[in-house]
Amino acid sequence: MNQANPILKVESLTVDFLSDNEPVRAVDNVSFHVNRGETLVILGESGSGKSVSTSTVMDLIDCPPGDIVAGTCVFDGVELSRLDAEARRNINGRRIAMIFQDPLAYLNPVYTVGRQIGEVFESHGAGSGKEARAKSIELLRRVGIPEPESRIDYYPHQFSGGQRQRVMIAMAIALKPDILIADEPTTALDVSVQAQILDLLRDLQRETGMALIMITHDLEVAAAMADRVIVMNAGSIVEAGLAREVFSNPQHAYTRRLISALPHGDAAEVSNRRSTTSAGETLLQVENLTKEYVVASGAFAGKRRFRAVDDVSFEVRRGETVGIVGESGSGKSSIARILLRLNEPSSGKAVFAGQDVFRMRGKPLMDFRRKVQMVFQDPYGSMNPRMNVRAIISEPWVIHRDILPRKAWKDRVAELLELVGLKPEHAERYPHQFSGGQRQRIAIARALASEPQLIICDEAVSALDVSIQAQVIELLADLRTRLGLSYIFITHDLPIVRHFADRIMVMKQGRIVEEGPTSTIFSAPRHEYTQSLLRAVPKPKWLVPEERPTAERSVGKTGLRLERTRNGSLAG
Amino acid sequence: MTIITPDTKPATGPGTGRVLLAYLTRDRLALAAAAFLAIFIIAAIFGPLLVGDAASRLGLRQRNLAPFSFEHGWIYFLGADTLGRPILARLIVGAQNTLGIAAAAVFSSMLIGGALGLVAGYSERWYSHLILRLADVVMSFPSLLLALIVLYTLGPSIANLVIVLAVTRLPIYLRTARAEVLELRERMFVSAARSMGAGPARIILRHIAPLVLPSLVTISAIDFATVILSESALSFLGLGIQPPNFTWGAMVANGRGYLATAWWIAFWPGLSIMLTTLSLNILSNWARTIADPQQRWRLQRLRKAAR
Repeated sequence: MNQANPILKVESLTVDFLSDNEPVRAVDNVSFHVNRGETLVILGESGSGKSVSTSTVMDLIDCPPGDIVAGTCVFDGVELSRLDAEARRNINGRRIAMIFQDPLAYLNPVYTVGRQIGEVFESHGAGSGKEARAKSIELLRRVGIPEPESRIDYYPHQFSGGQRQRVMIAMAIALKPDILIADEPTTALDVSVQAQILDLLRDLQRETGMALIMITHDLEVAAAMADRVIVMNAGSIVEAGLAREVFSNPQHAYTRRLISALPHGDAAEVSNRRSTTSAGETLLQVENLTKEYVVASGAFAGKRRFRAVDDVSFEVRRGETVGIVGESGSGKSSIARILLRLNEPSSGKAVFAGQDVFRMRGKPLMDFRRKVQMVFQDPYGSMNPRMNVRAIISEPWVIHRDILPRKAWKDRVAELLELVGLKPEHAERYPHQFSGGQRQRIAIARALASEPQLIICDEAVSALDVSIQAQVIELLADLRTRLGLSYIFITHDLPIVRHFADRIMVMKQGRIVEEGPTSTIFSAPRHEYTQSLLRAVPKPKWLVPEERPTAERSVGKTGLRLERTRNGSLAG
Repeated sequence: MTIITPDTKPATGPGTGRVLLAYLTRDRLALAAAAFLAIFIIAAIFGPLLVGDAASRLGLRQRNLAPFSFEHGWIYFLGADTLGRPILARLIVGAQNTLGIAAAAVFSSMLIGGALGLVAGYSERWYSHLILRLADVVMSFPSLLLALIVLYTLGPSIANLVIVLAVTRLPIYLRTARAEVLELRERMFVSAARSMGAGPARIILRHIAPLVLPSLVTISAIDFATVILSESALSFLGLGIQPPNFTWGAMVANGRGYLATAWWIAFWPGLSIMLTTLSLNILSNWARTIADPQQRWRLQRLRKAAR
């Protein structure tokens, strides 16, 4: 583990992104190194430059608009920037491999996974045809894809999210790289699947002795994986050291804020941000909501019915936060879309302020759409790329003319931007110029613009780093007390709901399996599924003995079973 | 931007026109294209006033005069045609009809085809199917035959010519716009707008149309040449523009028989058509870069950090 010369050494790397006038500094004088067999975690919020610094190692930065101002990357004694494109290609994939956050976007949808894994062998001349196929099957088996012999001919969309990430890992480790760079590999995944992927990465590392550079904003994941950790903020390294020391005794103010941001475990009970007033009148009453899809599974198989949402009933009171927890595909996003009338339900009723939502037309529907807002999971996708921030935030006022006179728009946009922690001058920028966390703040500002009564947050903070999460949650909680807002808070992230939600519903395969006040759900979960979710939260590496206890293994297996049953069905 | 922020421009920032000009000067090729088109447009507007008579003056002594000589005055620099009329003057005068007809036809087919495509893509009602089937009919019918029938029954005139040319090119814009809308309407920001209460008109015009427009503009730039040439084909058949009026297309058709002996009669109008189309293409490419906030940096002043 402690070799004299590290496998990768990055020295005072500085990267700019050029735009009109002043260049934007993405990475500022960053140095780090990683040894063989070691796990280095780069921890930081989105936009802190952690992905840019590793992308430079992989030569994935387009220049221009990127501009590498200074710095060296020495890999195994070779300075990477001196190599030509051919030599770089030989290193990429063969000796340094990378896995990404969103495997669906990085896998080609028109080729089978077998062909895509085989391509890795072929393009590096490590086998072709039958040989590559046999190796691919072996790899798929190694990363835990069931029945690899038949599933090698499946297309990416036929795998669940966790399995796709496994396929990506299989491609990355195909040529036994010296370094594996994992860029937020589990951010898009559910807790139990996340635990399995992390286990897999650890096992693979132990087997092959490769170095692992893991980029994450998730403190728990970082703690579970890291030997050493570097903390990045605004393009610079603010703290670096052994994971255990950084986590138990943080030196820099930013790190301290990160670590104390969201109280985890039982501490959340003490310092929670649940609503203090006991819930008022009923705002939204959902009864027996069902959404059924008819899936034609084959030419002769006949039609199969699939219930994305199965007989769901709940209510939301004024000033209350209802958390909906479940894995992807459990139907929680479907509920949000149906409640917003983006999809029509198969049956059921939802009464908002005395009116049936599903029967609304014309004026009542317009009023409803003003009073109920949604913050989407993917803030980038939910904003028109051709509109600047001012246009995005003022859109509700264009649609609902009576909210605000046009003269007041400019000031109100500035006010809303400040309210969500951005600067008024950001109004002239476009969505792609912001980081993920900033975009989500813009989305929240837009949701607040129409002065709603109910905000549906679909994984609204899942992609943000903990300190931002905490700020956004604080913000939402403040708005709740000040404006009497209600929230439906959809997430797979348990610590957040524990901190923020008054009541929690746990969903599995379209059904509510457990419902109750937050403290009860966490202290005395009744349903087996809830218990397994709670157990799957990753634990710090230094607290876990090298041989993993059998309990967590069994969680992994239940998770695997879930994945398999979900496969082939429509993802919610 | 035009809808939301007409009066909220920062007072210190330069005006939109200035910014566009700055972007234009950073792309040399686009600047050249714009200058070239400007010359043509000026020629089309003011040219007839200057050289109007010369274009139709017969000069039997200058019949098939070769280009590049000042012997008979600068107006004969590009040579003369079979009846001794100076080609330079005819190019200038012909520009008005050529560019006018082509621009009117291309613009109206882009506007109507694009609008129908937006509707057909966004709506799933009966009329969207009707629009599509009509487009299929126009597409499957030989366009020259359609033009022949229409112009034969209605009589050849510039207005009819524009209508026929526009209708035959309509399906291209319609199909393209619809295909893009089908993809765009499933995007998250459209869902977000719907959930905010935006009506179909707003979603189509504000959210979808700006993303479809660049493709349509690019197609129309390429289509410009096709329209000029099909107009000349119709003129050749006697159904297009009627003498003594003429267009570049008609000039090409006129010189077709003399390619071996007097190449310049067909060459200069042909070159004009090509350069116009090329300029439009370059310019539409530039406009597309400007319209996309993520591509705009290519035309911005990139100042590197000191090192």
